[in-house]
Formats: sequence, C-alpha cells, structure tokens
Amino acid sequence: MREFKGRVVTPGTVTAEAVVTRQGFNTLASMQMALQFGDKKVKCGDQSNPDLYEKPLFNKALCLPQTIGSTTGGLVLYCACAMGRQPACMLFANHIDSLAAAGAVLADVWVDGVTMPVIDCLGDEFLEYVKDGMSITVKDDGTVVVD
Amino acid sequence: MQLTAEQQAILDGAKGETMAKVMKTMVMYGDAFEAEKLVPITSDYNHLVTSFGLKVMSPVYDLMQQLLDAGVASGQKFSVDPRPIDKNVPANLLQNIVFNKLMYSKQDFYEGQLEKLGIMDKDAFTCTCYMDEVGNKPKKGDVLSWAESSAVVYANSVLGARCNRNSGIIDIMGSIVGYVPYFGLLTDEGRKATWVVRIETTKRPEAQLLGSAIGMKVMEDVPYIVGLDKWIGTELDDAACTYLKDFGAATASNGAVGLYHIENLTPEAKEQGTDLIVEGAKEYIIDDAELQRVKANYPVVWKNPDATPKLCFMGCPHMSLEQLKSWTDKVEAALKEYGNKKVVIPTVFTAAPKVLEEFNKTEYAERLKATGVITSYICPLMYMNNPLCKKMPVITSSNKLRTYTSARYYTDDEILVAITKGGK
Repeated sequence: MREFKGRVVTPGTVTAEAVVTRQGFNTLASMQMALQFGDKKVKCGDQSNPDLYEKPLFNKALCLPQTIGSTTGGLVLYCACAMGRQPACMLFANHIDSLAAAGAVLADVWVDGVTMPVIDCLGDEFLEYVKDGMSITVKDDGTVVVD
Repeated sequence: MQLTAEQQAILDGAKGETMAKVMKTMVMYGDAFEAEKLVPITSDYNHLVTSFGLKVMSPVYDLMQQLLDAGVASGQKFSVDPRPIDKNVPANLLQNIVFNKLMYSKQDFYEGQLEKLGIMDKDAFTCTCYMDEVGNKPKKGDVLSWAESSAVVYANSVLGARCNRNSGIIDIMGSIVGYVPYFGLLTDEGRKATWVVRIETTKRPEAQLLGSAIGMKVMEDVPYIVGLDKWIGTELDDAACTYLKDFGAATASNGAVGLYHIENLTPEAKEQGTDLIVEGAKEYIIDDAELQRVKANYPVVWKNPDATPKLCFMGCPHMSLEQLKSWTDKVEAALKEYGNKKVVIPTVFTAAPKVLEEFNKTEYAERLKATGVITSYICPLMYMNNPLCKKMPVITSSNKLRTYTSARYYTDDEILVAITKGGK
C-alpha cells in the first residue's frame, strides 16, 4: 500500500477500482460512442489507447497523466456526470489540463447530486505505481491511497 | 483570484442567479490554474465547438436553455463547428434512420437555440471559422473564449491571437460574462516553447503526419519548430496557411497542442525568434524514418484490414478554397493518368458553407463535380461517430478523423491514387 498526496480540484471521498492509462486520455474518443449508444459500463472506445481500449470506465478510479484531444472533452465529461455515467474519480499525475478542468467544474457547478472527486499533481511516481484492478481510496484532503 | 468590483458583484448575484453561476464557473475554471485575474475578451466574434444536436448531449441543451430562459445570452455573436448531417453525403437507409431518428434528432431544436444565443448567420457552421470567406478571423493579440481544438491552435499560432484550449460550454460562458481567466496561452510565459523540434526530412513532410508525431511527443507543451520553413516558405500565403491548418489540427487532436511556433514563419517566431525557447527545452528530431515509424504504429481497426474502401473523406478540418482548387487539378490529372473518368471510391470533400459558395462561383466547381467528387459542409467526424460507420472501411488523410473514428489514415498522395486508380 502507498499513499500519494495531490491537489484537490473538486472535492469528495470515494473508493473504487483503478483503470490506468499512461498516455493522454482522449475524452471524446474514449467516451462519446459509449454514452451515445447506452453502454452502461462506458467501455473506452479510443482505438489509439491500448492501455484502456474496451475497458469499462464507469465507476472506476481513472488514473491518467492528463486528457488530450477535442475541446468537446469537457462537455463530454459534463454529460457523463449529468447522465450518472462518470468515472468514480479522476486522478491526474500531472497538473490538470483545461478540458478536464472544465468538465470537473461544469459538473460541480451545474449538476446536482453528483460527486466525482478530481485530484491532480499526484506525480509520475503515482502512475508508475498504480496498476489496473488496484483499490483506490480518495480522501478529502487530496490523499490517494493505492492498495 | 482577484476580481474587480463588477466581477465580484456578478458573482454575488447582482445580475441574477444564473449569471452568478456562469461567473462561478469561470472563476473555478481559473482557480484550477491559479489564475490571478479575469481579463476582457477582445475579439469581435466567439467560436463554439458544439454544433450537433446529438441526443446524448441533452444535458448540454438543458444547460443552454437555462441560459436562454435567464436571458443571459452573450452580446458577442459566434460561429460554430460544422453541421453533422448533409443529404449530399452517401448514406444507406439504415444510416439515415440512425442519423436522423436516433443520433441527431435534436439538431433542429439545437440550431434554434444557437440562433437565439447569437450565431453569426445560418451558414456560420465550420471548424475553419478563420477563413476569409467566413469572416471570424481574430487579430493578433486578441483575447478569445473559443473552443474547437483545430481553430484554437490556428488562432494562437498563425494569427497570434490568445486563447486557451477551452472546452465546449466554457467557450460560451466566457463570452457571456465577457471575461476569461488569465493563465496558460494568454500569458507571455505560457507562450514560450518548451520543446525544440528539428525537421530533418528529405522532402516536405506530410502536414497531418508531422502534426501527429509532434502532438504525440509534446502533448500540451509548446513546440518551436526549426527547419519547416525550408519546405513551406517564410510567408503566410494561402498554401502555407492551409498546411498549418492541417498540421495544427493533428497536433491538437493527436496530442493537446494549443500553440506552436514555426521558425521564420509564424508571427511570434518572426518577431522573437529563439528568445521564445525556454532554457532547458527538450529536443525532438524528425526525419523520414521517424515519420514512417509514427505512421506504421497507427492501429488498423477495420474488421477486414484488406477491405476495399467504401468512402473517402477529405476535409477534417474543413478544406480551404486553395485546397479545393488544387485538389481539383490533382484529381483530374490522376484520373487521366489512370484512364478513369470518375473517382473509383465515393469521395467527399468538406469545406465551410461560405468557402463552398465561393468555390461554386469558380470554374473548378464543375470540373470537380465531373470527377464524381461530392462537396459538403458536413463534419466527417460527427458523420462517422456511430457503430454503423465503425464497420465501414473509410479512408482519409485527416489524422484528426483517424484519431476519433475507425477511418484509416493515408497520405495525400496515397489517397489520390486510391480514389483515382483501379476500377478496371
């Protein structure tokens, strides 16, 4: 078990199973098709991401360096939250990017009753350590426990 | 974040609850980047990324309706990304049902919302709003609240405007309050290059392949590119701007690049030269072998990798007038060379409605039509983003389309051969 300390972007506590990408997470390519066609597990549709392709994202602790790609990324994330199909939390090794930040903020301000803790600045070591299937606990102060 | 008295009053509800939430969104967005202040938007027009009445995006339309109901629409008019459907583009019965009844059933409703929110005009649907024919071309130094990754990277890099890679919804919210948080690509420091990319190829690198390689390497960092002026010149003429449009779209979609500098070509690189490069910048050398390596690593997700292509899309991002004309010449010449009268794969060239309008005034339009190529204002990405198209072998020279769909990438030269040769 190891603990990592990051910065709280949107607060909350949760325990969930990790899914890990070591390359940038393309939100549109990963989530849109699944949301559009009612895939309840929200399996990743990004053919260019071998770490995540066809793995479920819903209710998982999504561990990533940052998001990339289309500027619809933030609103896709916002829609996932509004539809109750979002990851349990998003844990960034790097500083959060503008698209993911937008999604997190929009969900926080405009969607009632949805919590998706978002922590960034967890460091490269976090992504080196965490593996698919590990248990992740996110605490209010930005502490992330990986077991 | 330090707010002015006016901004604080809005946040406190002086202009109503909905406006306060819009301001709160922008403040929280800025706080995520330790922005110290909000700065005024100075561009004439905004650009929005959300152009599609996609059923799954209902939460977006609900939010837009909240804005409309509260009367907080922006004073700034805007262009928006391309429409997702066009009856000119080949589609079978099942696809038409899926597009019109299942996927884009909210299109008319959403376009009604866009009209009320302040779209420039009924033809302002394109990802290349900065084309002269469209008329949403910011000036150097303008502060924008745009979204659409390919437009943002073009505005920053080629036009010298200042814009972060804003998400959809943030784009319109910034415009509504009239301010955006001051961080990242709005700042002098954020526009410095942390990578030096050296082009050492033996021929002009393919724009969308070079952009892909750089995007995947530098992610969201700013690259300073040395040696490309050898291939595309030192003046921002039509050909160079077209090249940079395609190059930038690939950097932004294959990575998250919001700004690049091309030595001796783009405005800030011409003014500041290597002063733009931070100390300790990383280096990436691109030669023929590196481009070949990048291309060879693209996954092929067709069920049958040897399938005959059923459709070819060109124009993601939308083609320029110069591109439509030069491709007309190329398609005609190649058809003649291979002894065909019409393209052998159904082929769609996409461009902004107003670019198509200008193109249709030229003699090239009839010539292109005679080759069998279809022109459309559609967004190829939105057309293909469904399971039916996933099963369809589509080819493209757009690395953006490749990234988001099952379309297979080929270079421009390979595409030209594919659509003109064979069939006999």
